[in-house]
Amino acid sequence: MSRPALQKLSTGGVMRAALQREIALALRQKGEVLTPLVFFVVIASLFPLGVGPESALLLRMAPGVLWVSALLAAMLSLQRLFAMDYADGSLEQMALSATPLGLLVVAKALSHFLLSGLPLVLMAPVLGLQFGMEGRSLGILMLTLLLGTPTLSLIGSIGAALTLGVRGAGVLLSLLILPLYIPVLIFGAGAVEADAAGLGVGGHLSLLSALLVLSVFFAPLATTAALKISLE
Amino acid sequence: MNPAPTLSFHKLGCTRGGRPLFQGIDSQLKAGQWLYVVGANGAGKTSLLRMVCGLSPIDAGDILWNGTPIHDQRDAYHQDLCYLGHLNALQESMTVHENLIFTAALGGHALQKPVANDVLARFGLPGRGHQLVRHLSQGQKRRVALSRLALSPARLWVLDEPFVAMDDTGVRLLADLIDAHLAQGGLAVLTSHQLVDIGQRPPQLLELRT
Repeated sequence: MSRPALQKLSTGGVMRAALQREIALALRQKGEVLTPLVFFVVIASLFPLGVGPESALLLRMAPGVLWVSALLAAMLSLQRLFAMDYADGSLEQMALSATPLGLLVVAKALSHFLLSGLPLVLMAPVLGLQFGMEGRSLGILMLTLLLGTPTLSLIGSIGAALTLGVRGAGVLLSLLILPLYIPVLIFGAGAVEADAAGLGVGGHLSLLSALLVLSVFFAPLATTAALKISLE
Repeated sequence: MNPAPTLSFHKLGCTRGGRPLFQGIDSQLKAGQWLYVVGANGAGKTSLLRMVCGLSPIDAGDILWNGTPIHDQRDAYHQDLCYLGHLNALQESMTVHENLIFTAALGGHALQKPVANDVLARFGLPGRGHQLVRHLSQGQKRRVALSRLALSPARLWVLDEPFVAMDDTGVRLLADLIDAHLAQGGLAVLTSHQLVDIGQRPPQLLELRT
C-alpha cells in the first residue's frame, strides 16, 4: 500500500482550518450560539423590572448592568470550549500534532469571541436603548465591549482548560474566572460612565487595549500549560 | 530526515497513585521493527504508550528518539509520531471528510477530497465521506480513525488496542497496513489482547509485570 503524497500547509492555513472547524461545529449546535445572546437579553431586561421604571436611576445603572450581563453571558459557553475535544480524544491529537498547541488555543478563543462575544457587542445598543442610553454612550458601550470581550474569551480559555474533566466544572470555572474579569469590567463600564459625566475616555480605552494585548500574549501560554496538565 | 530512526527506552519506570507499575525497562527499536507490549489489565500498557507519546511525564528513566530525549525535541518528535488511543478523536457532528481534513491540517498537510475518498475506499468505507460520523457504527468509526494512519507521513506509530471493535477483514487490513509501514522503514509500538501476525515480522516482545 502506497502512501498518498500530501501538499504542505502553511501555519496560516492550519489556523484557518482550525477556525473553520470551530465555527462549523458551533453552527451545527445553534443553541450554543443563541444561549449566551438570549441570556444577555434576559438578564439585562430583568433589571428594569426589578428596580422600577425611574429613568434617571436606570440610566445611571446601565453601563454596569450591561457590562455585568455581557460578562456572565460570555462565560456561559466557555465550559464547552475544550470539553468536546477532550471527551472524544481530539484534544490529545491536537497536543501531539506538529502544530503548536498555543496556535490552536488562539483559534479557539477567536472563534469563542466571534460566536459569543461579537453577538453581544451587536445586541448591546438595543438593550442600551431600553435603559434610556443615547447615541454617543451607545457607541462607547459597543467600543468597550468590542475591546473587552476578546479579552474575556482569552482569559476564559485558561479557566476552561484548568477545569477540564473536573466534576462541577461550571461553578468552579466561574469562581476561577470572575475575579480575573474584574479589571475588564472596571475599565469597560468605567469608560461609559466617564463619558456620560463628560470626562475623557481615552485612558479607559487604552487600558482595555492594554489588557487585550497582554492576554493575547500570555493567555495562550497559560492555557497550553493547563491543557497539558489536564491531559496527563 | 534521519534515514534510520530509533526509539529506545532507558531504565523506564512508571508510578501511578503511589504504586509502582513497572520499572527498569530497557528496549531498543530500529527501523522496520515493532514492539508488542503485553500485560494483564492494569499492568501499565496504556500508561507506557502515553509516556512514549509524551502525553504523560516520564516518572523514571528516559525515552530517546534518534538518541535524543523526546521531551528535548517535542516539535520534531511530534512530526514523526502518529498516536491512536482508545478514543477515535472524531467529532460526531462533522462529516468523515471534515474530520480527516482537519487531522491532516493538524499535521501540516492539505488533504484533497479525492485522496481521502481513495483511502476510505481502501478501508471498506467507499462513498462514506459525506456522512456524519454520528451515523457510523463503532467498527466503522474505528476504521475512519485508522485511515488516518494511511494518510500520516509519521515514522513512529503508537497504537493502543488498534484491533478492538474490528471485524476479521478490518484486522487483516490493519495488519497489512502496519506491515507496509514497517517495510518502508517505519516503527510501531502496539498493545493488543488478540495475537495478530504482522506479515512475517516477529515482534519484539515487552511483557509488563508488576
